[in-house]
Formats: sequence, structure tokens, C-alpha cells
Amino acid sequence: MSNTTAAKPRLTTSAMIASIAGEGQKTKLAPFGHALAELANTRPDIIGMTADLAKYTDLHIFAQAHPHRFFQMGMAEQLLMGAAGGMAKEGFTPFATTYAVFASRRAYDFIHQVICEEHLNVKIACALPGLTTGYGPSHQATEDIAIFRGIPGITVIDPCDALDIEQAVPAIAEHKGPVYMRLLRGQVPLVLDEYDYTFELGKAKLLRDGKDVLIISTGILTMRALEVAKELAADQIDVAVLHTPTIKPLDTATILREASRTGRLVVVAENHTEVGGLGEAVAAVLLRNGVTPPFRQIALPDAFLDAGALPTLHDRYGISTATMAARIKGWLG
Amino acid sequence: MNTSVNTSSAANRAKLAERAYRIRRYAVRMGEVQGQGYIGQALGIADMLAVAYCHVLNYRADEPEWEGRDRFLLSHGHYAIAHYGALIEAGIIPENELETYGSDGSRLPMSGMASYTPGMEISGGSLGQGLIIAVGMALGLRLKNNPAFVYNSMSDGELDEGSTWEAAMSAAHHGLSNLICLVDINNQQADGNSNQMLGFEPLADKWAAFGWYVQRVDGHDLDALVAAFDAARAYPEAKPRVILLDTLMGKGVPFLEQREKNHFIRVDPPEWQQALAILDASQPVVGAEQ
Repeated sequence: MSNTTAAKPRLTTSAMIASIAGEGQKTKLAPFGHALAELANTRPDIIGMTADLAKYTDLHIFAQAHPHRFFQMGMAEQLLMGAAGGMAKEGFTPFATTYAVFASRRAYDFIHQVICEEHLNVKIACALPGLTTGYGPSHQATEDIAIFRGIPGITVIDPCDALDIEQAVPAIAEHKGPVYMRLLRGQVPLVLDEYDYTFELGKAKLLRDGKDVLIISTGILTMRALEVAKELAADQIDVAVLHTPTIKPLDTATILREASRTGRLVVVAENHTEVGGLGEAVAAVLLRNGVTPPFRQIALPDAFLDAGALPTLHDRYGISTATMAARIKGWLG
Repeated sequence: MNTSVNTSSAANRAKLAERAYRIRRYAVRMGEVQGQGYIGQALGIADMLAVAYCHVLNYRADEPEWEGRDRFLLSHGHYAIAHYGALIEAGIIPENELETYGSDGSRLPMSGMASYTPGMEISGGSLGQGLIIAVGMALGLRLKNNPAFVYNSMSDGELDEGSTWEAAMSAAHHGLSNLICLVDINNQQADGNSNQMLGFEPLADKWAAFGWYVQRVDGHDLDALVAAFDAARAYPEAKPRVILLDTLMGKGVPFLEQREKNHFIRVDPPEWQQALAILDASQPVVGAEQ
């Protein structure tokens, strides 16, 4: 299933769901859809539901494999989430998909009250997390993690790549309770296969060690952090990368252990606004425990972001590999 | 436990009238415990609840989560004071528990929540959610080949919520013949008369246009309620069903019926006992011909 992307992306806003894979990067097609379809072969309680975005969340793979367990709810996100709650009350394990903006903003009360207040077994998987589309704020879910982190009992996942996603699917299905998972769809980068890594719910994993900088990262910024680490190695800067795909509940033990090691700049990197995401979550954990290393955030600004081509925007807002590397070098002086 | 007997008999009607009287009485007693409560709504919906719990629903009083039960969803969570009365009448919660209504640590909070109360299927109160949950449960029951019905009880104020109409489209689209929606039309919501907040008429035409089998009845006519529930269950086409219930807030206690209508009807401390006395004085006698 692996292949590579050949053509250089055009610098345009027209692609709503442009692949975030870099030129020549190894990718895997529709890891979420394939993992869910496979899981459903042995789990008759798994169902798929969407609000007119099956193709754009890779749920169509599941729909083709299990048509009787696929429910097209139409472009009605409140209905999607509330009905998924009803399905869970009848003993099913629904995976409900839409874009992250619509789940976090339009359907929030239904997720809060119908699903989470009863701790129902609904898995919400949402495409276009953070800045992964050039369409502007209508489609850019830059504050979804902040929104969901506030709900008691929900699990929040921001996977890095195709491997993370395909391993997270059975893990969150096994977990009892509501889950919000950010989703990458289509040709999804494959990065973590080169590391000694397995997704574990609630665990942060040290992908590489280093004595100068500790990057605590999540989502696609783990992919970028690993690239940054390689770049900075050429400048004799030794960068550790702690991948934190589970943002709630946070693996505080591992974060405290790594951040307590002296002599390192701690940088938290996330594809999310600087408000209320992983960065502030880590900062709070460190302060509450009296751990105070030099601390910086790489995150999207507290602003409505521009429309444009993703490479342009990632440079503009400081989450491209080059800008991240430059900023970290600057912080090190 | 379907207590249905000959649906047209006067005896059955008298039994249901007695059930409704007791549900009203439980609600007034709960209101007295707290000195407040949505008593107007409770008195208005007691007749429907009596027919639902004592004529229509399949359930097991000693096993509230029995898989074969009909699901009764209270979308308008503030009507819990009436629903608790019905659950007491159904034998699902004990009568003496009404003394705890709305108190700290009680299983009977002011707004109904699933995790607190046996027989309370959902946490309502964020209005406009019940019918959507009902769609999911009805789809799930169908997927399991479970013949139970899902009933969603909602207020006319919830007609304002867009989610209600998402659910209405969806239920018809999926041909959910196991879904029965009950709309309490008392024409009152927080800021005034419902039809002056956001006009909803012609309501029967709206639901029909959305693809539902529609009946509109006097919500205090027990014969009409029995017939409507029976027709809703028996309707042969693959359509969801809605029963629109025209009701009067405070029904059965004339001084509350006539009081200035509001979301919260004001009740002075001595009036709870006066209301009970009025209900007792007009208590139906089982077996009496009417």
C-alpha cells in the first residue's frame, strides 16, 4: 500500500484537503478507513457514521466493506453526534466522522451532553485538524483540542502519521468511553515505522534522545520535530523528541521525567493554537510539579489564520520544518 | 408489563384516569417538597404519561434496563417531576423516594438525568436533543432486530431548535417505524407563548411534509390518547410517527389552570395542599361508569 508522492504541490488555496506529505515522502493510503474496516471484521459492534464526509474522512473504505453497518446521516453534525450517542446506548461502538471544525464547533453541545455526560462509547474521528487546509477559518480547526480538553472523561488523540492512526483505531475501540481523534486522510505520511514505536493509549514515547533540546510534540508536528532534529544534528545540536499522541489524559509521568533532566530547552510543538492545547497543558503540569526548565511553545497564533497554500502558511505561522529549526536555534542563542 | 385491556372500555378509561390522578398527586407532593417545580407542565402531561406507562409501554418494573423494553426518552428534562410520578406509578421507583425530590444526593434531580434515576433513559434538558438520540436508538434497535419502540417526549419549545428538524428529516429518510415522537403543545416557553416566540403552525402539516405519520389530539382526552398511541404503534407504513398533544398547563387544578401562564407557575406555600385537596375531591373512582 505504500508509495510516494511525486508531483510538487501547487501553491494554491484550491485544495481543501491537500496532502500534508512532503515531496517524495513515504505515504500510506487511507490508514483510518482500512484499519476500521479490518477491525470491524472481528468486532460486530463497530459501526461507521458520517455527516456527508465519508469520502473525505476515508470512512468510505469501511462503508464498502461493511455497508450494513455504515450510516450516512447527511450534512447534519448535531444529528450525527446525537444519533451516535443513541447507537452507543444500544450497545454499538460508533465511529463518527466529519471535519474537526464541525465536530468541535457546531456539534459541541451534543458531544458534551449526549455522548460525554453519559460517558458513551462513541469515537469521534475528524479530518482537517489544525492548519491542514488552506481554506481559512471555516475549515481550519485550530482550537479543537482546547475545546475538547475541557470535557470531563473524554480522551483526546492527535496522531502523527499513518502508523499512529492504524494502531490507534483498535486501541480507542478497546477503550470504554468517548474519544476525539484528529484524522489525517488520503495519502498519509508514514514516518514512525523508522522508529522503535508502538501507539499506546495514554502514553508519550521518546522517539529519539538528545542532550540540548527536548521537543514535546503531537500530531504532524512530531513528524516535523523529527525532521528538525535531523537538521539541527548537522549543527551539533542534539534534539530529543517526545511524541505525545494522547493529549488527554496526559502522560504526566513521562513528561515530568523527561523535562526534569537538566540542561535542556523544552519546546512544546503542536498543530493548534497556542491557547489551551498541549503547550499549556504541559506548562501547567511542569509548574504544578515545580519543574521549571527553559520553556518555549511552537504553536499557531491566537488569530484567525489566512487562506493560502499550506507550505506558505506553515512557513508564515512557524510550523514548517525550516521555521521550527530556525526558531529553536535562535532560542539556543 | 403491558396492562392493556379492552382499549375502548369505560373501565379501562377509568383506570387510566385514576393513574393520571395519582401521577398528578405525586407531582404536586414533589413540588411541595421543594416549594417549586414545573408543576404546570407536570399536570399538563400527566394524562399522556398515564396512557404511556399504564397502557402502551412494555417494561419490567424490577428490571428497568431490560433489553426488550420500549425506550421512553424525556427530552424536556425539566418535565422530570411528572416523569418521576409516572415511574412511581409504574413501580420502577418507590413512592417514598418522592420526599427527596430535588434534594442533595437524591436520585430525583430537578432536571432528569440518566445516570441518576432508574427508568430515565437520557439526560434531557439541553433542549432539542431527545429526538436526535431517539433516531440513533431506533436505528440501533433495527440493526439488532429488536422490536421495541422508542418514544421521545418533547415540548413545543423544542420545535424552535434546528436539531429537531435534522432528526425529523433523518427519521423519515431512514423509515424509522419504531420511533414515536410526542410533542406537548402547551404553548408556553420561557419568554412567553410558544407561538409568539417562533411560530410553528401549521404543525401537523409540517410533520407530514417531513414524512411522518401525524395525529393531533386533545392531550387530556384519555380515549383519544389511547386510540392515538394504538394507531401509532399499528400504522403499517415505514414512517416515523408523531402525536401532537394539545394540553393545558396546570390541568386538573383550576386555580393553576387560570393563573397567569409562565414557564414557572408561581405557587404559594399553602397552595400545594389546596391543589392536593382539589385533586382528591375530583378523584376518579375505578370501575365507575362515565
